[in-house]
Amino acid sequence: MVAQRLALPVAWIGVIVLFGALEPDTFLTSANFETIFGSQAVLVVVTLGLLFPLTAGDYDLSVASTLTLASMVVALLNAQHGWPVGAAIAVALAAAAVVGLVNGALVAVLDVESLVVTLGTGTFVSGVVLWTSDSATIGGVSDSLVNPVIVWELFGIPLAFFYGLVLCAAVWLVFEYAPLGRRLLFVGRGREVARLSGVRVRRVRFGALVASAVFAGVAGVLYAGTLGGADPSSGLDFLLPAYAAAFLGATAIVPGRFNPWGTIVAVYFLVTGVTGLQLVGVESFVQQLFYGGALIVAVVLSRLAREFTRGEPAGG
Amino acid sequence: MGRDEVAAALEARRISKSFGGTRALERVGIVVERGELHGLVGANGSGKSTLVRVLAGYHAPAPGGSLTVAGRAVDLPLPPGRPRELGLRFVHQDLGLIPSLSAVENLRLDELAAARRRWISWSRERARARASFARFGVEIDPRAPVEQLTPVERALLAIVRAAEDAPTVLVLDEPTAYLPGPERRRVHALLREIAGRGAGVLLVSHDLNEVRELTDRVTVLREGRNAGTLDAGAAEPRELAELMVGVGFESRPRSPARGRDTVSIVGLTGETVRDLSLKVRRGEVLGLTGLTGSGFDEPPYLLFGARRARGGNLATSEGEHDLTEMTPLRAIEAGIALLPADRARDGAVGSLGVGDNVVLPVLDRYRRALGLDRGRLVRDAAALLRDHGVSPDEPGAAFEALSGGNQQKALVAKWLQTAPSLLLLDEPLRGVDVGARRQLVERIRGLAALGAAVLCASADGEQLDELCDRVLVLEDGKVVGEEWSPSA
Repeated sequence: MVAQRLALPVAWIGVIVLFGALEPDTFLTSANFETIFGSQAVLVVVTLGLLFPLTAGDYDLSVASTLTLASMVVALLNAQHGWPVGAAIAVALAAAAVVGLVNGALVAVLDVESLVVTLGTGTFVSGVVLWTSDSATIGGVSDSLVNPVIVWELFGIPLAFFYGLVLCAAVWLVFEYAPLGRRLLFVGRGREVARLSGVRVRRVRFGALVASAVFAGVAGVLYAGTLGGADPSSGLDFLLPAYAAAFLGATAIVPGRFNPWGTIVAVYFLVTGVTGLQLVGVESFVQQLFYGGALIVAVVLSRLAREFTRGEPAGG
Repeated sequence: MGRDEVAAALEARRISKSFGGTRALERVGIVVERGELHGLVGANGSGKSTLVRVLAGYHAPAPGGSLTVAGRAVDLPLPPGRPRELGLRFVHQDLGLIPSLSAVENLRLDELAAARRRWISWSRERARARASFARFGVEIDPRAPVEQLTPVERALLAIVRAAEDAPTVLVLDEPTAYLPGPERRRVHALLREIAGRGAGVLLVSHDLNEVRELTDRVTVLREGRNAGTLDAGAAEPRELAELMVGVGFESRPRSPARGRDTVSIVGLTGETVRDLSLKVRRGEVLGLTGLTGSGFDEPPYLLFGARRARGGNLATSEGEHDLTEMTPLRAIEAGIALLPADRARDGAVGSLGVGDNVVLPVLDRYRRALGLDRGRLVRDAAALLRDHGVSPDEPGAAFEALSGGNQQKALVAKWLQTAPSLLLLDEPLRGVDVGARRQLVERIRGLAALGAAVLCASADGEQLDELCDRVLVLEDGKVVGEEWSPSA
């Protein structure tokens, strides 16, 4: 069990050692690690949000669009219309929450298949983003957002990294130490069992989808801060890495369950791998190969992990 | 395949198997003669299923065992496909049928899956199926989708499928577990027919009466060892039960404690049940029974709000509830508890811990300012499991690792901690061995003795006899009889 819990962290160290040996001058530099840690807070936050619906047994394919929507709202209101950053962020998060409410209403209340619903709402939201932005990239987001996200640093790492850590700790508390965490787990694994034990199944599924949308909104705000603006399409590329990290994370720390610390390790494992490969000189398409491959390996592994923890049943 | 006509159909000797450090089988032996109906009984965890799985090639036994099929020595463990070549056929409890496919498609499932032929002539397959059914005296329309067959027809179909090509040994794991008494006889007739054609039939069962009635000899396992092989006709049920649990036990003295206070149900209407009204006294266990489709198993779910009722009222001393508005959460708040029949789907999540499963309805008791008091939760869960004799009493163990009897004990513990004033049961003793059964009966009767009203739906007369003070018989959604004594 211990070996399994720590397999992914060890693999991560292995990747670092490997690329450190191959490219000691560029890979093993503090600047490189600052980039690796600092640049991926957006992916961490959107993936943490995904853990709620995934644990409750639903998919949310609209998170990347919601992320893009939030970043675009911040850029439009702050850069184009001169709103203060605080107000722009509030509207962005509210817009993200609306996507979550629509998903929740369709999936939890009307009981429509979450995969299809969120595929639809995600595409719809992407359309809204293209429409409102006129398909253009918008720059010039105020420094009062950019500074606290990627400019200001602690131990040489941009603050965004620590926002991700704080949210991770919060999600971990909810999953491990709140009644809600147990309920999410039971709703995901045995919906009838949960319902017949008095769990408000609809409310839990609804809340999980709203949570993932709001987390995607927070990720969008961080993304706008990272870029100093927003563009209507690059945020969509977070969807696959987020799923890869969530499923890969479910093979580590608490094998067989979606869990926040495993997720963090998975995100940085993936990013380290991609960064290393790019430094070695592989072309940028390696990112797709790596993330796609990791997602497939992760779902296969998490399936095996579940089989393994279940073991052979006792006789009877 | 050369077969020795005198040798036993199946002879297994010194079969041992461990899981981790636990011995599941310890030098177990069994001999099934040709043409014999042989019963295999034992409490949950006695090793019955493990033995069957060794024969089916799912488990590799420890070295030292031997297996002979129709006089031929066979190497253990059996690789996949080997049991089939040897003429061993299995019917598992879930029957292995695909509900959305037709009877004939299910009958030919193996052949179709193997795709040895390029084209299928359905008219010829249907004719073959009809011939097979006729040969075994079974009436099933080959074109009927399996989901439209009655439970007994499904069992018959699965058995015919396994017995069609004259197997040497047919092994059945509780094929009648979900069937009411009268319908079991059709299965029994089919099994006698198959044995009459020369196959050795090994029947795994919990039901001692069934084994005595149907089989020629019976082998009893206890804690992974042979406890004895008896002539089934001559064996007393009590003798078998004692062999299974290893101690003598007395039948339960009936507690006469009954209050005047009642729980009354008025005008209950659901899918099948129509305008049903009845009263359960506090301190009483009231049984509901009937044939499949009579609606006898519907009231527990309607009263709990697990399924929405079309009409009806429930009145207890604490208040009145409109059953069309009932939800499980409201039911729990009103002091009602439901133990559903389908443990795997409705009762507990197998992959999660026993402790987590058991505390689910009372999770809010452990809420603190910041999160859950997990230390107290685990301590309470462990104490509760110990108190109810659940083995192992380890809250962290996965629920699915427990035997059927221990699972049910854990679920009874889960609901009794809510101190229900109305306990609803559906087949509470199904798939439960003799030892656990006695304990469960004690718990349930004990709750009634403390003043709760208990309503128990079951198709099993023996269960009802053991558990209930009074039994109502339903037919077509209506009560047609009372005080029906199942043993008479």
